[in-house]
Amino acid sequence: MTNYIIRRLLLVPVLLIGVTLIIFGMLQLLGPVERSALYVTDFPKNEKQIEGIIKKYGLDEPFFKQYWRWLTGVEDPVTGERDGGIIYGDFGYSRTASQEVIGIIKNRFPNTVDLALWTIFPMLSVGIWMGVKAAVNQNKFFDQAARIYSIIGTSFPTFVFGLLLLMLLYANNQWFLPGKMSDWVSKLIYSGEFKQYTKLLSIDALLNLRFDIFWDALRHMIMPIITLSYISWATFVRVTRSSMLETLRMDYVTTARAKGIRENDVINKHARPNAMLPVVTMMGGSIVGLLGGVVITETVFNYPGIGKAAAEAASQLDVVTILGLAIFTGAILIISNLVVDILYAFIDPRVRLS
Amino acid sequence: MTEMTTIPSGDNQLLEETQSDRKITWFERFLGPDNYRIVTGLFKTPASIIGFLLILIFILVAIFAPVIAPPVGDDPMKIPRDGFSGEPKAPGAEWKRNVPEIPFWYTPLTGNEEWVHLLGTAQGQYDIFYGIIWGTRTAFKTGIIVVVATVLIGVILGSIAAYYGGWVDNLIMRITDIFMTLPYIMMALIFSSVLTPILGRSLMPPLIAMITFSWMGYARIIRSDILSIKERDFVLAARASGVKNGRILFKHILPNAIFPTLVLASLGIGDVVLGFAALSFLGIGTEIGYADWGQVLSFARNWITVLNRYWFIVIYPGLTLTLFVMGWNLVGDAMRDVLDPRMRGKS
Repeated sequence: MTNYIIRRLLLVPVLLIGVTLIIFGMLQLLGPVERSALYVTDFPKNEKQIEGIIKKYGLDEPFFKQYWRWLTGVEDPVTGERDGGIIYGDFGYSRTASQEVIGIIKNRFPNTVDLALWTIFPMLSVGIWMGVKAAVNQNKFFDQAARIYSIIGTSFPTFVFGLLLLMLLYANNQWFLPGKMSDWVSKLIYSGEFKQYTKLLSIDALLNLRFDIFWDALRHMIMPIITLSYISWATFVRVTRSSMLETLRMDYVTTARAKGIRENDVINKHARPNAMLPVVTMMGGSIVGLLGGVVITETVFNYPGIGKAAAEAASQLDVVTILGLAIFTGAILIISNLVVDILYAFIDPRVRLS
Repeated sequence: MTEMTTIPSGDNQLLEETQSDRKITWFERFLGPDNYRIVTGLFKTPASIIGFLLILIFILVAIFAPVIAPPVGDDPMKIPRDGFSGEPKAPGAEWKRNVPEIPFWYTPLTGNEEWVHLLGTAQGQYDIFYGIIWGTRTAFKTGIIVVVATVLIGVILGSIAAYYGGWVDNLIMRITDIFMTLPYIMMALIFSSVLTPILGRSLMPPLIAMITFSWMGYARIIRSDILSIKERDFVLAARASGVKNGRILFKHILPNAIFPTLVLASLGIGDVVLGFAALSFLGIGTEIGYADWGQVLSFARNWITVLNRYWFIVIYPGLTLTLFVMGWNLVGDAMRDVLDPRMRGKS
């Protein structure tokens, strides 16, 4: 076990270096003027200024020198102040949003977490329930319906589904709303009466015992939650169904039946737990994916998370910002993948022994 | 004397197949028994037949696009505009400016002498019908380019890793791991926005970006395909008779290893088109007005408060895209069943 964890931990720096190298490689495709946003806020105005900046921050030096500088930042020889340096969380300056990239992340990431938090439960429970039920009723009506659903679900583009939801649930009768919160809520937050404990709006609303705000937050999140769950269900149904079918054919299940155990118990206590392993593998991936920012869903519903920030920066070709966001999500994904992998090792002895 | 009663009971179908007096067509001989089973298996379920029909329809639409929706102006990939007004027009609205010539099928089918916006217009008076018909060409073009390129990269890296093993394998597989950590759509979005200022707005930036971040799956599959073939006797025989490494890899191992992967990959076109449409929906890639489904759908983004009135901007291109992807997914699903070892002999 310890062995496995150590081996897995050793992979982290490799992944981190690899990811930063890929992203830095992309940065190198830009001209020095655009890259200067990594270190300075203003757009350099004349030739002389540009030259000075290139010289000061070494923007024309060899690849690995620049890479190191990009990681650790540049110290001013006179004042001793540090500019840039992504290991300190300084991802540069967003010229389109007129703020530090790290500021964008601080504003937007809690919203992504908020959405992920409320999506996890419906996403996992319904998909697994459908898959198990389909396997138990193999080739009957529910199974056929679930399989058709799974094919349609995997073919239905997120943004088309999202637009349809907007058409039905928002444009017609405004049951649910796009965006993050209503105007009166944002006014309340600015006024300072509403204490922000966690920055997650729905959780803060509960902590403040403001159920009207909680309901408002949910109303804004329900459409993205439906969209995200809908797509994952399609794959969860398929994986759960096939794994469950395989388990139900095993001898120990027949033995359990032969002993006269009730069919419900055979399915729920004997077969299902063992059929869950591949599903658990997928669960980890889906949850990690939610944290990585769901670009399309957030954009369709105008939900101000990390994914939408990336889409905005990309459509304005603000590369420094978008690469900063990429570094951040990359790091989040690497760390959460690590956690997930170590948790697997506890669940599945085969992982830690191999 | 070849009566069926002489065959023992059990999986009769399987036995029939192994019987020596079964006729073997030239097609089966050409593909080999395993691959033949895959190909015939694909045509046996109603779901996959529907899938093939859908794909066939889209291929026909792509080929006959100039007949179905005659182009206006020099560049047929540019959606013709009927004026510049921002307000979308409903299906059946009269076409006033830039009217294309009327195709032969139109008047007999509709009894109408004037060309109308069959499926309405999006903001900026881009004709939706035209965008959908010519978008089919964009879809096939992007799908085929990305699939071919990613499979090629996958084959090269995967076979090198599997065949040489050791540190080469380790290095290639770690690079694959690193690329796999990154979220696909986000990285494709990022890389194409990096490439756009360099290459200009065209199909190239999203295509290159998608290729860069989607070859990893194929590299892994092909590596494991080859690893399973590598230990077979005929490879050993080739090595013993002194055939060079490269020749063993490309002449003996690869042809035996990659047929299933190639079929699966070609069915990945649906996913590629989905990804490309997502990118252009987010406003990355081709210039505005290029005939491309994601582009037409992105026009709906500015009208989400009144989508009930302008439903046609979402429904028609959305339905087209969904049917296209579904066609490939239906066949792909059948393919997975055929490849599943437990299904062997049953299809």
